[in-house]
Amino acid sequence: MSLLAIKDLSLSIGDTQILHDVDVDTEPGEIVAITGESGSGKSMTALTVMGLLPRGAKPGGSVVLDGVDILQTPEPDLCQMRGNTMGMVFQEPMTALNPVQTIGAQVAETISIHENTTKTAAHERAAQMLERVGLKVPPSRYPHELSGGQRQRVVIAMAIALRPKLLIADEPTTALDVTTQARILDLLRDLVREFDMGLLMITHDLAVVADIADKIVVMQDGRVVESGATDHLLKDMQHPYTKALFAASTHQVQLPVRKGSVQLLYAKNIIRDYPMPRQKLLGQRPTFRALDNVNFHIEHGERVGLVGESGCGKSTLTRAILGLEDVQGGEIRLDGDPVFTGNRPNQSVRRKMQVVFQDPYSSFNPRHRVERLITEPFHLLKNPPTGKARETVIFKALQDVGLSAADAGKYIHEFSGGQRQRIAIARALIVEPELIIFDEAVSALDVSVRAQVLDLIVDICGKRRLAYLFISHDLSVVRSVTDRVLVMKSGKIVEQGDTETVFSDPQHAYTKSLIAAAPQLPPLI
Amino acid sequence: MIRYAAGRLTSLVISLFVASIVIFAVIEVIPGDPAAFMLGVNARPDTIAALRAEMGLDQSLIERYFDWITGLLQGDFGQSWTYKTPVADLIGDRIWISLPLAIYALILSTLIAFPAGIYAASRRSGAGDITIMGATQLGVAIPNFWFAMILVLIFAINLRWFSAGGFPGWDNPLQAMKSLTLPAIALALPQAAILARVMRSSLLDMLGEDFIRTARAKGLSARQALWKHAVRNALIPVLTIIGLQFSFLLAGGIIIEQVFFLPGLGRLIFQSISARDLIVVESVVMLLVFTVIMVNFMVDLAYAAVDPRLRSKA
Amino acid sequence: MNRNLIIGTTLTAVFITLAVWSFVWIPYDIESLDIANKLQTPNSAYLLGTDHFGRDILSMIMMGARTSIAVAFVAVGIGMALGIPLGLLAAARHGSLLDEVIMRGNDLVFAFPSLVIAILITAVFGASATNAIIAIGIFNIPVFARLTRGAALPLWERDFILAARVCGKSAARISVEHILPNITNLMIVQGTIQFSLGILAEAALSYIGLGAQPPTASWGRMLADAQTLVSIAPHTALVPGFAILLMVLGLNLMGDGLRDWLDPRIRVART
Repeated sequence: MSLLAIKDLSLSIGDTQILHDVDVDTEPGEIVAITGESGSGKSMTALTVMGLLPRGAKPGGSVVLDGVDILQTPEPDLCQMRGNTMGMVFQEPMTALNPVQTIGAQVAETISIHENTTKTAAHERAAQMLERVGLKVPPSRYPHELSGGQRQRVVIAMAIALRPKLLIADEPTTALDVTTQARILDLLRDLVREFDMGLLMITHDLAVVADIADKIVVMQDGRVVESGATDHLLKDMQHPYTKALFAASTHQVQLPVRKGSVQLLYAKNIIRDYPMPRQKLLGQRPTFRALDNVNFHIEHGERVGLVGESGCGKSTLTRAILGLEDVQGGEIRLDGDPVFTGNRPNQSVRRKMQVVFQDPYSSFNPRHRVERLITEPFHLLKNPPTGKARETVIFKALQDVGLSAADAGKYIHEFSGGQRQRIAIARALIVEPELIIFDEAVSALDVSVRAQVLDLIVDICGKRRLAYLFISHDLSVVRSVTDRVLVMKSGKIVEQGDTETVFSDPQHAYTKSLIAAAPQLPPLI
Repeated sequence: MIRYAAGRLTSLVISLFVASIVIFAVIEVIPGDPAAFMLGVNARPDTIAALRAEMGLDQSLIERYFDWITGLLQGDFGQSWTYKTPVADLIGDRIWISLPLAIYALILSTLIAFPAGIYAASRRSGAGDITIMGATQLGVAIPNFWFAMILVLIFAINLRWFSAGGFPGWDNPLQAMKSLTLPAIALALPQAAILARVMRSSLLDMLGEDFIRTARAKGLSARQALWKHAVRNALIPVLTIIGLQFSFLLAGGIIIEQVFFLPGLGRLIFQSISARDLIVVESVVMLLVFTVIMVNFMVDLAYAAVDPRLRSKA
Repeated sequence: MNRNLIIGTTLTAVFITLAVWSFVWIPYDIESLDIANKLQTPNSAYLLGTDHFGRDILSMIMMGARTSIAVAFVAVGIGMALGIPLGLLAAARHGSLLDEVIMRGNDLVFAFPSLVIAILITAVFGASATNAIIAIGIFNIPVFARLTRGAALPLWERDFILAARVCGKSAARISVEHILPNITNLMIVQGTIQFSLGILAEAALSYIGLGAQPPTASWGRMLADAQTLVSIAPHTALVPGFAILLMVLGLNLMGDGLRDWLDPRIRVART
């Protein structure tokens, strides 16, 4: 008898069938990973096990946990089980905690609602649990005083405070940096062994799956397409979707050969300070140094990567290069002209640079049509094309990124995430820039879409001999699409060099730790 | 926390300063010669001269402003031209009706709105929610002075439970409270309707937050999660509304006093307006604005008590 | 279209029609007195009865609707015309001294309820419907300024604004081209709500004699006249009261309905 046995689980909300005949088993001390792309139903499966389905959801089949069928259990009994028999960890640690309660009180609550203890005893046990999950701050802290990784530890402490038999973790490390991710994964693995609990982990990241799971369940469109023990499944994939998914994750872009070495962008000793809130009522405002003496260059047609963890200064650097904000020291020149002259950005230089952002949902004004969205950079031209010529340019731009002329009249909400990133690329290309900054441009996309967009980027930029700066936290992507890479930490570039060299033989300790922390898929046959 | 309070205090002082300048400018600068304005076109020159002397109009504007402010700080609100008594005495008699009325109404409004809003949010889209929301929709639309007239018609004239107006004085606190009850209800119900709606929507926003899901995953029932986690977070926007409402209640009270013939600040100010007694108007308006700014300062402090993020920020 | 919107729009339309109609025709002249027919309860000749001067209450309601709607409409117009640009400016210069000054100025105006502004204005200029408009209008400025700034700030964080800046567009241009169209719905909904508050405020100011003066008809004045008559002729107080109630209710329902109708759009759920 398994700890958790999901059998023939189906789920519908209104007229939409979300899950079909899902079967998943978990044993005590076993880590089972459910993986798949967005919309595959993996999160809904997890919520079903917790009995926390949204209103109006109708489940069928059976979900037996520790001998109890969750689907047949009334709500008051489910409340007894949650936190006690089963605990859950969520994706977004920044919002998962109550902002107006101390972390100690929130962990203690798990204990006090299920057990008859005194407040002091519950708080004491909460403090021990926080220590067990490796948190090094006192329980009297409030969530906003903690980093994302620390908050995730608090959420884990809450979930395991009563040593539940089953822990469900829904994308527990997706919002975290790679080094933090590695530590949280280690913690989860330790806890599973120590408490002999089952861990049902939901994640889209196949490298994480391969790294941690004992068993893999692959889902697509609400169905389980394949499942099996990790090493077995990795060696011998049966279903075409599984194969396609793993292939897309390890997708290697064909990077065209580049010739010539004429300097395009040149940044020397850049310093960027931000004013911080005053410490004393009157007195100097302290400053935060976001960019500390940054030096680098990009050649014509060169593909440069920039990696680093959140808060390292990547976005600040982007803004400085684009001339959106002035710097406090140093200079940035493009083709010899400064990007920022006097106190205003340099329009003629700007025309040579464009940018593609991460979030396909916030990159476009929802009130404008595609033709207006992608022609926005025309503002930089002295004589933008009009009438027939403008139409031709729009259609060509859309065709170049794999969309059709008919898409010009649509609004952005009619497109999927991948299509939106294509539109963003069309917008960047329309004024024929010499440098494009891709700021986490594929990070929000599913793996199969991501592979297609990466191919598109490399193909288009190769044909036009365009240089790009590819900013990403995902080391494997950077490795496959760049010639040279910069590694950034705390506002400084700690290492730069030929991509292959840096990845195969990192010199700086930080680069080494980044590469070591990044989970990797074993080579597929 | 101290830094936060100090910041709020600074902005309190600045607000009071600017408000006093605005009031001073409207009353003493815009009319040109306030003395001539107060006495009207038919006044004899020597009367005007006397008033000018009394108001100190021969001094420069800055000196007059400074005198006014230092007077206010020492409790000297000037001398009323029509009543021939110190304005401080006039206010002293009347503020003990207007202020208790506003506070009474605020308490009633909160006592009605909180349970109603929380109940409606916890029964979202249920019969209770729909009934309460329908009632608040009506409550928001009722003019409070008309509502007061209806209350008088029903409870004073027809049922004779309350007197139709007047104020017996605070010698008998129970009677005093009783005579303020109908006015307070008339003021409170429409405000309670607004507050209940804000409470409900703020709670519903909170119930959609991730930390409520976390609380449910710990084993809290939906109702426990609402009470233990959503309510306190929902208070933050609700406090803003309570702060704003106090100024409406104070101003609304001035209107309601007319319905119930209460000898409060409202009566004083309307009589002073028709008698063109600018000295009284100036000081009473400053007092009202002072009260509103003070209440908002207290609301700011209450924010910090509810929200730890404010305490640690500058 | 939802139920709230239909009921609300209908109620509002009825009053607007009454107000417009009053320019063409009213049942009885309300400027002449007809003491013989005073305090009649509603009947076939006087559908809503008469007041203590024998004036037809329906005719006065129609004339009063004009005053109420005109005052509230212009006051909301003032609030929007000044408040929205101020809010856009504050958001565009977020964190600057200008932003701070605008927001502190807003707080300051919030310390002057519209009644207090009306008191100040009336004390110096005398009572009139125009002064009521100014008092309510001034009060509306910070409402719209704050709302605009609050809605614009998160938009400024969005990537499409950054994209527009990369295209060299100025803050003013971005405010008009990108921010404004994205807050229009909010402003329409808030405008409807402020309109209803304007109707209430106008009635209150007229009731205490700080608003419209005779012979201008106004619902608030009708209630002031009815106050001493309420025990002998309740209809003189009930009719104008219900007029205010229904007009305000209509506008509020319309506001709620508009919000439900305009807003639930492209809110994509992300897993």
